[in-house]
Amino acid sequence: MSRFNKDGGREMPELNTSSLPDLIFSVLFFFMMVTTMREVTLMVKFDRPVGTQLEKLARKSSTSFLYIGRPNDQYRSQYGDGTRIQINDKFADQEGNGQENVYNFIMQDRADMAESEKPFYTVSIKADHATPMGVITDVKQTLRKAYALKIVYSANKKQE
Amino acid sequence: MGKKRKMPGLNTSSTADISFMLLIFFLVTTSMDTDQGLSRTLPKPPEENQKVDIKVKERNVLNIRISKDNLLMIGDEYSALQDVRPRAKEFIKNADNNPNLPELKPHTVKLLNKKFMVTENHVISVQSDRGTSYGIYFMVQDELVAAYNELRDELSQQEFNCKYEFLTDKQKSAIREVYPMKISEAEPKKYGKAN
Repeated sequence: MSRFNKDGGREMPELNTSSLPDLIFSVLFFFMMVTTMREVTLMVKFDRPVGTQLEKLARKSSTSFLYIGRPNDQYRSQYGDGTRIQINDKFADQEGNGQENVYNFIMQDRADMAESEKPFYTVSIKADHATPMGVITDVKQTLRKAYALKIVYSANKKQE
Repeated sequence: MGKKRKMPGLNTSSTADISFMLLIFFLVTTSMDTDQGLSRTLPKPPEENQKVDIKVKERNVLNIRISKDNLLMIGDEYSALQDVRPRAKEFIKNADNNPNLPELKPHTVKLLNKKFMVTENHVISVQSDRGTSYGIYFMVQDELVAAYNELRDELSQQEFNCKYEFLTDKQKSAIREVYPMKISEAEPKKYGKAN
């Protein structure tokens, strides 16, 4: 320990920062509890519709997400400007038939789920408000075929 | 230094920085967004050789059509989005027993031990074109849910003196018996050319 005040006089006591790491650790743990890891990087842009009568999604663990919108700038040169469906980290129609891939994705996702979660299986459709309904209808028909009958139209709350 | 050598304390001043880094990493990689939306239940897929259409009386159906140019039709007339809610409420309630609105059937709610006239066979069907924008479709759905919620709120205000959302589950289901939500996810129809 070095002293800079060798000749007498009272030293200013140092601030005790030994509990600072603990403090920050508890903030860290708080965040780890309340948040979920972002599972996918979004490849499509979507601006969700606004609504007033929304409900909160009850169980995130038993939900699959479908993202529908136009590709991001970085994918635009490759995939064009049209509406696309993103499942996991791919566009649905990147390989093979788009609707078939959606069907397989739903089946796979549900099969991977715990047995106790299956009755609550929900598909959340996060779609851009400018998406033509044709795409949404096709997806809905596919979901019906896959017996994934609970769906949520994801939306933003209207700011009053 | 002197003769007594002390064990030097471990310098822990950087632990704070390390945990800060962890904290920031988690903040960046996680998302806090709570997902909100309108939940719907889709009908079961049609069976292979099921060709029987369920006949619904015309007075029991409220057709809402949205064209590819996002124009709205309720029944046979063009209307605006803000008309949807009052029209739907009028249709669901049929307070005056209008013969053009859905038929009323007596229904006893056990919890309240009261008889209500309920339009239990009514259906609101929203049809859209392939070119309709999802935003408009969603807004119509939202207005319909709002219509149901307003009716339920009125009834629960009248019966329990508080808003629907604060009721217990049993009370809620009693209210729902009077105003069941019946919005049909219609089979898609192709108008004009298929694309």
